[in-house]
Amino acid sequence: MIPRVAAATEDEMNEAIRGMFGDRVITEGRVNVDLPPIAENGFSVPIDISVDSPMTEDDYVKQIVVLSPRNPLPVLAQYHLTPMSGRADVSARIRLGGTQSIRVIAEMNDGTLWSGAKQTLVTLAACVID
Amino acid sequence: MTTIRLSVPQTADRGEIIELRAMIQHEMESGFRFGSRGEMIPQDIITKFECFYNGTLFFSSDFHPGVAANPILKFYARANESGSFEFVWTDQDGQSWSDSAQIEVS
Repeated sequence: MIPRVAAATEDEMNEAIRGMFGDRVITEGRVNVDLPPIAENGFSVPIDISVDSPMTEDDYVKQIVVLSPRNPLPVLAQYHLTPMSGRADVSARIRLGGTQSIRVIAEMNDGTLWSGAKQTLVTLAACVID
Repeated sequence: MTTIRLSVPQTADRGEIIELRAMIQHEMESGFRFGSRGEMIPQDIITKFECFYNGTLFFSSDFHPGVAANPILKFYARANESGSFEFVWTDQDGQSWSDSAQIEVS
């Protein structure tokens, strides 16, 4: 992979979403994203994701994707869950290249796609580049 | 030495949903930073995390450069039987690290 200097744009994020899910309908809802309103240090920002799902054999979250319109790469992380997870909650720490709205898409086992987003103000951005 | 820290409850009731935490010490060098001489610092990241419950893969994650250094994850599992949780991290070159924790389910 050749490192790029430029940050991703909204378009690149949407392109990454199309690459993963094609033109399938993504409905807003069922995905709750929690980020601090102000992230003093973009190098490590706590994110909590929870998806409204019973997590049974018949109805569970298969995949969660964390996306950024402003980091160098639009896809930050993907989580793959199963009914054995019991609860569709994931917490992690991510890097943010600036103030932005982080988008999270959840893919259910029936193929439906749901999304949520959260805006956070970053005072010190990760990947600070001239 | 790579430090791994796990948090797994020692006991649980059958069917209980338990919280698991796993952290590994790793720089997660993004490949987007410049060194002191203006040279690009090459990417060196963990790309995959997997968690097995008695040998069955039930949770995994793909890490990209947007994951912070010393990646930590909190996620859940349904405790159905006694046994072990194994946590495996693999980096971009195929090197891997793992650790496990026991649970008593009654």
